Amino acid sequence: MTTYIVRRLLTAIPTLILISMVIFGILALAPGDPLGQFAANPDVPPEVRQNILHQMGLDEPIPIRYVKWATSWIAGNWGYSFASRTPVAGLLLQRLPTDLWVIGLAYLAAILIAVPVGVISAVKQYSLLDQIATTSAFIGYSLPTFFTGIVLIIVFSVRLRWLPFIYNVQVHDPVGMVKQAVMPIAVLALFNSAALTRFVRSSMLDNVGQDYVRTARAKGLEQRRVIVRHVLRNGLIPVVTLLALGLPAVFTGAVVTEQIFRVPGIGSLLISSIQNSDTPVVMAVTFTYAILVVLFNLVADVIYGVLDPRIRYG
Amino acid sequence: MSAVASTRSSGLAGVPVASRIGRVERPRYARTLWGDAWRRFRRHRLAMAGAFVFLFLTFGSIAGPWVYHVPINTLNFGTSMAPPSALHPFGTNDLGQDMLARVMYGGRISIAVGIAAMVMSVTLGVLMGSIAGFFGRTVDLVLMRITDMFLSLPALPLLLLTTYLFRDPLMRTLGPQLGIFWLIVGVIGGLNWMPTARLIRAGFLAVREKEFIEAARSVGVGPVKQIFRHILPNVLSPVIVSATLSVGAAIITESTLSFLGLGFPPDVPTWGRLLYDAQNYLDLAPHMALFPGLMICLAVLSINYVGDGLRDALDPTRIF
Repeated sequence: MTTYIVRRLLTAIPTLILISMVIFGILALAPGDPLGQFAANPDVPPEVRQNILHQMGLDEPIPIRYVKWATSWIAGNWGYSFASRTPVAGLLLQRLPTDLWVIGLAYLAAILIAVPVGVISAVKQYSLLDQIATTSAFIGYSLPTFFTGIVLIIVFSVRLRWLPFIYNVQVHDPVGMVKQAVMPIAVLALFNSAALTRFVRSSMLDNVGQDYVRTARAKGLEQRRVIVRHVLRNGLIPVVTLLALGLPAVFTGAVVTEQIFRVPGIGSLLISSIQNSDTPVVMAVTFTYAILVVLFNLVADVIYGVLDPRIRYG
Repeated sequence: MSAVASTRSSGLAGVPVASRIGRVERPRYARTLWGDAWRRFRRHRLAMAGAFVFLFLTFGSIAGPWVYHVPINTLNFGTSMAPPSALHPFGTNDLGQDMLARVMYGGRISIAVGIAAMVMSVTLGVLMGSIAGFFGRTVDLVLMRITDMFLSLPALPLLLLTTYLFRDPLMRTLGPQLGIFWLIVGVIGGLNWMPTARLIRAGFLAVREKEFIEAARSVGVGPVKQIFRHILPNVLSPVIVSATLSVGAAIITESTLSFLGLGFPPDVPTWGRLLYDAQNYLDLAPHMALFPGLMICLAVLSINYVGDGLRDALDPTRIF
């Protein structure tokens, strides 16, 4: 087990290096000027611009710039934001609590909705409840988050005036914090729970027809016990893996929701720094997302092995 | 699909056997692989409804402007943000432009982006998957490593990044509309071919070892013909399903990009762009957001139902 994890970590490193090269390459080869803001300023003479370029090492060839970036990244120096002149790592950390609070709660809500609904609709397959659940999961999965967000704003903010539609970090009283977080959380939870419900249902259905379920029934166990103790335990193994696999996508997918409700998370930081050509921040955020993806792929594999003893690590 | 259907039907139709034996009773129709799939698909009521809705939306946005002669760019501040009425069935926007005309025009672009991106990702995926699966060994190893790497790329951030960075030069060389179109299609297609490649590769690995491929090889059929003529038609079913679903996904992605202000320029009204423009007027003119949003939902939902129906229809383990 430990050797497996170590080996997977070792193969994750070249993947991450490749990904960082791709992102770095896109940013470096892009036809825009990283010093666009200075160029727009007529007070900065060309010599000074050249000096700044030289100081920042931007006149060196791309491979050397990459090596310099990579070594300082590993040393923990993520560079400075062009726009706010503050360390990038600090900017990310400052946005993280909001993200964890909104996205974390949304994911939790999605799980709490999806697992019971998925289980019930698998156990009572083709019942009315199952049909309602599968249809609404199908619709929820097909609706883009930006549209559900806008509809919620129109209904609850514009028409009913119950909830604010702009997220404000300055709000500290509990009621206000809950009120402003309800809609972003609802949008994210709806979308994620729809996808999860479908998965839970099909994973449960894979197990319901298995021989060991018949055996459990044959020895006289009641339905509830068969489902909860036997089918659920096996049916949830792929679900747990999917939860780990899906977590990075939840973070990147929340970019849109953050933008609609002006939630100051890492996603909206990415959008604003892309629009400001703030290369260090863009690089840091994109690469952080890439690390999350690779890391949670590994976590999913390990969890699968721990939960399912049939998997052997060769 | 029809070209494949005709070649398949000649091989699989077993009708004349009955007449040769001389029995009076004849089967009412020739049963072919694709014919069976079509009959199963027709039975899937929601999938049929989805197909009709999607065809209606496509046809409406192509032919609609020929019937509904309202220009999309005429400013009229006198009727700015008018709610839906007989004159303007979908209302007008903040500049007094007619929303129905803009939604129809936007549909052309959004649907075209979806289909073009699907064609691109399927082509890439089929090429990568069939080469990896057919040749195996080192080629397979290298191509699958590349696929794995692409799968671990954070898709949405990279999409945002590349469209933002490369939009200006492409707009300059190809013009605002065409440049952004190909950029978005290229980026969506280039980041979505991996699932197709994996499906195709898995299929190739299984079919490659079958006797009829050995037979083809033994009579001297070259690799290209083996791939496209003999193996590919047999592994196409799951790809058709995923291709259908990816049209919907591409429409959502394009709308997302435009919604974040990183897609098409303001004077090109795609569905996502219309939503982006409507964002600031949700209190005064909610219809500006609702109509384009509903179109996106309808299109994606109908495509997903078609995909669902195709999944059932193309499943060869189904008997009837």
